[in-house]
Amino acid sequence: MVRKATAKKSSDRKSYELFSRNTQAFIYNMQVNATQRMLDFDYSSRRETPSVAAIVNPTGSESLQKFFFGPKEILIPAYKSLARAAEKHRNVDVLISFASFRSAAQSAEEAFEIKQIKTIVLIAEGVPERRMRELNVKAKRLGKVIIGPATVGGIKAGAFKIGNTAGTIENIIESKLHRPGSVGFVSKSGGLSNEAYNIIARNTDGLYEGIAIGGDKYPGSSLLDHLLRYEKNPAVKMLVCLGEVGGTDEYEIVDALNKKKIKKPIVMWVTGTCAKAFKTEVQFGHAGAKADAEAETADAKNAALKKAGAIVPGSFDDYGDRIRETYKKLTTQGVIKPVPEVDPPDVPLDMKKALAEGMVRRPASFISTISDDRGEELMYGKFSISQVFKQDIGVGGVLSILWFKKLLPEYATKFIDMVIMVTADHGPAVSGAHNTIVATRAGKDLLSSLVSGLLCIGPRFGGALDGAAMHFSDAYDRGLSPLEFVNSMKLKGVNIQGIGHRIKSIHNPDMRVTIIKNYVKKHFKNTELLDYALKVEQITTGKRDNLILNVDGCIGICFVDLLRSEFSKEEADEYIKMGALNGLFVLGRSIGFMGHYLDQKRLKQGLYRHPWEDIAYME
Amino acid sequence: MAQKAIREADGKALMARLLAEYAGSIYKIENRFISVGPDTDIKKLPQKYKWLAKEKLVVKPDQLIKRRGKSKLLLLGADWKKAEKWIRERMKKPVTVGSVTGILDHFIVEPFVPHDEKDEYYVAIVSEREGDTILFHHEGGVNVGDVDAKALKLFVPIGEMPGAGKIEQKLLGAVPKERKSVIAGFIEGLFKFYADLNFTYLEINPFVVDGKGIVPLDLAAKLDDTASFVSGRKWGGIDFPSPFGRMLTKEEAYIEELDSKTGASLKLTILNPEGRVWTMVAGGGASVIFADTITDLGFMDEMANYGEYSGDPNEEFTYLYAKTILDLMTRKKNPKGKFLLIGGGIANFTDVAKTFSGIIRALKEYKNKLQSNRVKIFVRRGGPNYKEGLYKMRVLGEELGVPIEVYGPETHMTKIVSMALKGDK
Repeated sequence: MVRKATAKKSSDRKSYELFSRNTQAFIYNMQVNATQRMLDFDYSSRRETPSVAAIVNPTGSESLQKFFFGPKEILIPAYKSLARAAEKHRNVDVLISFASFRSAAQSAEEAFEIKQIKTIVLIAEGVPERRMRELNVKAKRLGKVIIGPATVGGIKAGAFKIGNTAGTIENIIESKLHRPGSVGFVSKSGGLSNEAYNIIARNTDGLYEGIAIGGDKYPGSSLLDHLLRYEKNPAVKMLVCLGEVGGTDEYEIVDALNKKKIKKPIVMWVTGTCAKAFKTEVQFGHAGAKADAEAETADAKNAALKKAGAIVPGSFDDYGDRIRETYKKLTTQGVIKPVPEVDPPDVPLDMKKALAEGMVRRPASFISTISDDRGEELMYGKFSISQVFKQDIGVGGVLSILWFKKLLPEYATKFIDMVIMVTADHGPAVSGAHNTIVATRAGKDLLSSLVSGLLCIGPRFGGALDGAAMHFSDAYDRGLSPLEFVNSMKLKGVNIQGIGHRIKSIHNPDMRVTIIKNYVKKHFKNTELLDYALKVEQITTGKRDNLILNVDGCIGICFVDLLRSEFSKEEADEYIKMGALNGLFVLGRSIGFMGHYLDQKRLKQGLYRHPWEDIAYME
Repeated sequence: MAQKAIREADGKALMARLLAEYAGSIYKIENRFISVGPDTDIKKLPQKYKWLAKEKLVVKPDQLIKRRGKSKLLLLGADWKKAEKWIRERMKKPVTVGSVTGILDHFIVEPFVPHDEKDEYYVAIVSEREGDTILFHHEGGVNVGDVDAKALKLFVPIGEMPGAGKIEQKLLGAVPKERKSVIAGFIEGLFKFYADLNFTYLEINPFVVDGKGIVPLDLAAKLDDTASFVSGRKWGGIDFPSPFGRMLTKEEAYIEELDSKTGASLKLTILNPEGRVWTMVAGGGASVIFADTITDLGFMDEMANYGEYSGDPNEEFTYLYAKTILDLMTRKKNPKGKFLLIGGGIANFTDVAKTFSGIIRALKEYKNKLQSNRVKIFVRRGGPNYKEGLYKMRVLGEELGVPIEVYGPETHMTKIVSMALKGDK
């Protein structure tokens, strides 16, 4: 549902008005938040059409962007060029350019080429002065108005809001900007305009229109330009202006007052009277805010304005009081007739904001308890990533936090490291590695080749860890003696998982098992299950000398001892049931599988085809 | 982000490097301008610049100081030995010019150009909204006097370039005939140089015309530093020195360093470390108004600092900023007590409660010092989540045992200034 340009022709607008309730604008550069804020303002002002007709996004592609207009969603088109946007939306006469200081001038030049654009707002700060002066000359010749640069923009109460002006929707409503009052306001500073709208709302019937011309030395339009518009506009009854130290623009106002070009009451204050407290020359935040001569000081300007008939407070402290007095006077004279307040429709809160402010609650679809990437630093459990390195907890430590939600003692994390190291590879012939190699040679990528190996892991390959842990702990927990256990398994005709090796034997021990056994004996708090298994091994090796506790069995059993030392028995069993042990093997062996993948690639091995003669073709 | 003054040596070097490109090769200026800074190895200079040993020299401080001759900060016609001694005697030493005291740390050394007073001319270009004005006077030098009244002016509307003919006709009436064309050509080129390189101000007083060509003797200039993305490569490595006498204190330098580390803005100027009124104000515009109001209510002498934080600095930066101010203000007790104004307008999108949390952390840390210095705190702020922020401040008051008064947007922004200071005088 694309909203077509339904706004009325702008030709019915008076020359002193830049915006109306039907004005539509283009936003230059993808500014999602600013656009949404304009639309929220539109809704609370009861505009019929959204104030943004389209977005010009020179670095993107043509698209439709979703926004809210009140509770509904609408689509706003984005075009690659301003010319194209203008072609599609003939009624639009305002460009709000969020182009950076590098390209702001370029965006204005583009707008100059388009006849229908009458008002150009430049938000960027840092447009070179000479460039800006050139633009101003051109704009004047073409009869176009520039607001900015270095500004937040401005607002016509109840009609049109430029970009981010006036802050949040709550502030807009609080400052009564959703409906017009009688005060025309203009300032240099955009940052202070919120405060000014607040002052005006509290001391008068509210703002009619407010413009921040921006803090640069050569703004596109001057304070006086806007005051003269307000002067001509019968809806504006009084003027409020905030000037600034530096430059001579305020003297144009003095001149206009003297020549009676401004006849409406004007309350004005020039900021920067504190400059005299500085020993060396001072540059305040704005580029133009520096007095190069006595006449450019705030004191001199305030005095000149007062002399010319402006209402100038003694300090900013009385600014609000002078505004209220002036307003009161106009109401007693009958110049201003207060109108009844209108209630704005509520703009629905965004879910994100409502949640943040605790105004709504909603069950989450997901829960996560092991890590958090939202803060300043990535967190693993309670450990920030910098703590992880500071404490040097290693892969075993990280694994223990992410798998078991606590940092296990060093003996345990070292053991995990050992398991990963020991299970990392077992040569190219085992089924998983073989599959990885075959997939690699078929030209598959790393992930496919790895997965093709991993998918072999199961009861017969690598599964002995889980199996051994279960067989042994089950027998031990049931109180079977080692002999009873061996006999019961024999009766069932089941091989005991974790017992037996193809080559290694009691006389030719597997070094991997020796290393693990020694480590566990030396460092573990509790080795009950390992001791039990070693007794079982004594019995089985008595039958055949290769029926030893193999590496899978040893790891599986020791891991149960570890878990039972650090967790309750129920928790420990739960982890085994969930497959934590199997996970250790998957993790370790992935290292080897990826090694085989890289090895085959390095060796540029071609497609593998199994030889016919190795397959017995039979009926 | 504005017009910035540059060193004389940089300005002259720019002319030497680039003027001929705009004005033609007959205006080639030899680059014999040496900038001597605090880190320059003075001993090695004569090896690098052979002409130093051969020429009579001029030495001046190069730190945006006006009327150096009148302050006896000028060495004329010396040989290198004397020049070196002169610099060494003054390097890193304080000097007072008018009412401002500063440390000398940059000098320009150039050849002394013997000439007749009648060979000295004045030229300047200044920028205004509608265009640029060229000012010229046929009597340049220290005695030029009131340029505004005396100089001939040629206004050049934006986008136009003045031709030599027009310059000659409008500006060079009092120049001897045989020099008219060479000076007109110089000014024509100088204007292009000025415009293309984004100068905003250039004054050469005087430049000397002799048989060999044109030499700028004294130069002051400003560049528009926002144009550095356009002209930066042509400028080369130029620096924008602070005004003379603007020496940063340790704390000011620290805040400047913090400022450079964040996208937000943190500013601090210490006006009077023994002042009793300290401010911690959010926003560039609001901070000026708070300082104004303190001044306007007659407390300029008690105003200890000017500063602002804005652009949504994170908790850590706000904390460090607040801590710096609290530390400064609690160093020396004053029996009359002190005031801390935590002010600000209505924020646009900054979460007020969040920015306050850094300030609150610092205040808690300074609890005892705040008490013993008899500090009264006044808060005024609005914007997103301000109610929560103000609530936290109120609660803090009880915890600190220091009086804290807290106000929101219903109170006029600067009212806390008069509330705090009323009855204090």
